[in-house]
Amino acid sequence: MKIISSLLLGTLLTLAGCQSLNSSATLYDELGGMPVIEKITDNFINEISFDQQIAAHFRETKIDRFREKLIEQLCNVSDGPCKYTGDSMLDVHQKMNITEGEFNRTVDLLINAMNQAGVAHRTQNKLIARLAPMRPDIIYH
Amino acid sequence: MAKCKGIAMLVLLAPATLAWAGSGKLQETAGVTQIEGSSGGGLVPWATLAGYDSREETSASVFATRVSTDDYRLHSWGGAFSWHDRIELSATHQTFDLTATAFEISQNVLGAKVRVYGDVIYSRWPQVSVGAQYKELLDTTLAEAVGAKDFDNGTDFYLAATKAHLGALFGYNLVWDLTLRGTKANQFGLLGFGGDQNDSYEIMGEGSLAILFSRSLALGVEYRQKPDNLGFAEEEDAADIFVAYIPNKQFNLTVAWVDLGSIAGSDKQTGPYVSLTGYLW
Repeated sequence: MKIISSLLLGTLLTLAGCQSLNSSATLYDELGGMPVIEKITDNFINEISFDQQIAAHFRETKIDRFREKLIEQLCNVSDGPCKYTGDSMLDVHQKMNITEGEFNRTVDLLINAMNQAGVAHRTQNKLIARLAPMRPDIIYH
Repeated sequence: MAKCKGIAMLVLLAPATLAWAGSGKLQETAGVTQIEGSSGGGLVPWATLAGYDSREETSASVFATRVSTDDYRLHSWGGAFSWHDRIELSATHQTFDLTATAFEISQNVLGAKVRVYGDVIYSRWPQVSVGAQYKELLDTTLAEAVGAKDFDNGTDFYLAATKAHLGALFGYNLVWDLTLRGTKANQFGLLGFGGDQNDSYEIMGEGSLAILFSRSLALGVEYRQKPDNLGFAEEEDAADIFVAYIPNKQFNLTVAWVDLGSIAGSDKQTGPYVSLTGYLW
């Protein structure tokens, strides 16, 4: 067990070494800036449109506006040079009664969108971590 | 092995598109199945529930696990049902045999777990669950012979806290669990409950730590404290290092190296652990 523990510790230290090389860049840069954020957003809209259950919530959404505001928001939460000018998450999701299952399903769709945009696993996790605190404003309103 | 194959077939045939069926959690966040049939790591029950059900869904799963140490073989199989990501019920059959002889002990474990707080990913504090594992020993001869005070049945109670930290470790998701178990069980209950050295409930600490290297691959370590109730032979704590492969929400495969310590006088019982869990819905 001791050998195994030191192997694991060694792996962690090596990972730490890799990380320190690019720790000064923002998540926005790590994502690949605006082109990649636009790609994620377009893929995400596409993913939603093919998911019956989730698409139902977007029936009255103006997709152009949704696209513009989501790009702003992803750019903003990843410390990019954008201001989010849309409504608050709580206002947007009012009376939509989005369930926990639907929320998690939508996170899966976002992951698909990021995969298709070629976003690295670790970068995906960081972006999801930034978005996760919005969950209470989104579900069951 | 025939049992395992049967389970694998069931899993492949299972429909995963029913609206009330559990698919509403992120992959890897349902944990795998621990040795007594509860959702968890390999040895440790976690606060997670057995399945991908969210608050409006249910899920059911089956699992089979085999541990082969130098002198013993432990085989564990069963099923679990999870309701609304709130209540988990599980039933497990364990057989434990001495590889060199035909001697075999078997035990049934009925488990119940209730999530009392939080969400493993999204809540600020860890998800917390309380659970119980009722163990009924089917062959009491050995438990009686080694001096167990109760050789029919016993119940473990536990409190588990589990948390996933998104991107916390250089961008990798990190999951940890801490579990406190009140127990009198000797070697998971296979050698009865209580003994000449101690016959009261003791609190044992258990823990897991896992790094999710991708959406489908986790690497982790676990530790499980065990009581030492019997004078005839020392019982030691257990530990393991595991790799869990979770390719989708239908099944997962865990391979581990387990150290169960000294069992009934045979020292250094280490060996491979293989476990397969399949989700029926």
